[in-house]
Amino acid sequence: MSGAATPDPAAPLTPSGNLRRRQLVSRAAELAATAAAVIAVGALAIVIYTVVARGAGAIDLDFIFTGYPTGVGPMLLGTLVIALVATLMAMPVGVLIALYLTEYSGARGSGVLRLTLDLLNGLPSIILGLFVFALLVDHKQQSGFAGAVALAIIELPLIARGSQEVLLLVPKALREASDALGVARWRSVLTVVLPTALGGIVTATVLAVARAAGETAPLILASSVFDPKHFTVNPFESMPNVPVWIYKLSEEGNPEGFTEAWGMSLLLVSFILFASLGARALLARSKRKLSS
Amino acid sequence: MTTATPTVRVQVSTARKRLDLAGDRALFGICLLAALLAAATIVLVGYQIVHGASPAISRFGFGFVYETTWQPNFGEFGAGSLLFGTAVTSAFALVLGAPIAIAIGLFLTLLAPRGVRGVVGPLVELLAAIPSVILGFWGLLVLGPFVQAHIEPFLHSTLGFLPIFGNPETTGLSVFTASLILTLMVIPIIASISRDLFQSVPPELQDGASALGATRWEVVRGVVLPTTSSGVVAACLLGLGRALGEAIAVSQVIGAGSELQSSLFKSGDTLASRIALQFPGALTELHKASLFYCGVILLVIGLASNLIAQAIGRRFGYQGATAR
Repeated sequence: MSGAATPDPAAPLTPSGNLRRRQLVSRAAELAATAAAVIAVGALAIVIYTVVARGAGAIDLDFIFTGYPTGVGPMLLGTLVIALVATLMAMPVGVLIALYLTEYSGARGSGVLRLTLDLLNGLPSIILGLFVFALLVDHKQQSGFAGAVALAIIELPLIARGSQEVLLLVPKALREASDALGVARWRSVLTVVLPTALGGIVTATVLAVARAAGETAPLILASSVFDPKHFTVNPFESMPNVPVWIYKLSEEGNPEGFTEAWGMSLLLVSFILFASLGARALLARSKRKLSS
Repeated sequence: MTTATPTVRVQVSTARKRLDLAGDRALFGICLLAALLAAATIVLVGYQIVHGASPAISRFGFGFVYETTWQPNFGEFGAGSLLFGTAVTSAFALVLGAPIAIAIGLFLTLLAPRGVRGVVGPLVELLAAIPSVILGFWGLLVLGPFVQAHIEPFLHSTLGFLPIFGNPETTGLSVFTASLILTLMVIPIIASISRDLFQSVPPELQDGASALGATRWEVVRGVVLPTTSSGVVAACLLGLGRALGEAIAVSQVIGAGSELQSSLFKSGDTLASRIALQFPGALTELHKASLFYCGVILLVIGLASNLIAQAIGRRFGYQGATAR
């Protein structure tokens, strides 16, 4: 390239010698970027292929509905109950936080609250395990409830953040119409804003559940000593659950256990993939609908 | 309009007004309560972890952080080798994962056609949705043996003069395998944030550079990366936070060694994985407290990297720092 200040107008418009090299470098960079994407997608494909190939053979009706040693029913039931209890705790609080952020807090308050949510989101899950152990298990006994508290803390920032995004998309016109009719704020929040955003809030919650369902680290400390034959819906005792059972089987090194673990992995992964893909599609749709 | 109606209305609405006032206050009150609950949770987590660690803190003091003996039977604990293992695995994951993830971000924003972008983007994020216990299980049975049979011998024979590529172990459980699993975990986080960042670069700047004759790579080098560099650093820190705190997958593939090893192919252990492995069977109260102490170290490093990431992110004006 010639000097920037006084370009020579008579300079011939021929490529400088290194143009070929520059284009080669650019082409190489493009190739590398594509290769990186292929690596990531390939890794995902290999993991999922392995889980399906090794797990599909283990799954039948007995596997889902009976207890140890023929099936993993108690673990599935336990994970269901723990996730349900966690969501019952996290969802109301998360939605209220989102409401606080969109309706009430000033710029400063929302900054602090968002930072809090980001920090909660960044807490290692093993730390939450230690936390519920110290709070609820130590000197008492393990319980599904303690695990659910940890999972609720994992879900909370995700639900709050997701709901906030949808709440912000509720059309101003709706709210203004409600204000113009002289409706009090709490009424318009409950009857106009929340119902409009409900679809988005539910999908944000589903995404959070999909994230929490496979969490193992907190449950290792909160609900890991259990009888794999015992069907229970009582969250105040130690509940069998899928992630801890996969973990235990993987540590044992027994081939039959491995097959069982692959089967459970397949069930868990398919739930998570379907839930998160479905929720994503729904979320995109409801966002489009709200913002159009 | 008659003059009587307004007075009638006022009379009707006083009761309702009172109700509305109460309703407004109540809604504000519970929203504020929920917000305070979130803040209180953070504080309570910090308190409980430090409280649980207090016997070990008073017994070992700050020396715990760099002492490398860990002998539960003799009541001797030090987190030095665990801290070392955590640093090595996380650094490895970041050094390998960050360039790949940034390249994916570039691919998604600049190269991929619309259709491909819509498929590859969500797929990369799905990598983060796979539970760590399953990724660890896969690492134990599939990746570990493969790495042990093919990659480690290859690296040892070609780069063996470097002490980090020592003799492979027979089990396939190694710091190297653990780092590879962590790499898979940090890639989706950094990739999705950097994609969002790259999308925020004004197209006029890129078009301007192109018009001046810059090749695609020169646009990236000269415009896209410099304008987003601080955000990318923040994304890497968030990825680092994830890698530091991962307990389960690491504990499945790292082999739970207790010594400081220079070779990546030996077994090792990290703070988080040591907690997951030993806490359920902890022998004594001091053992438990020491594991809590590991949690304190983890919490401090994790919060610090997160806070720095947020600070950079805020400064940069990038708000969506919550990964996924």
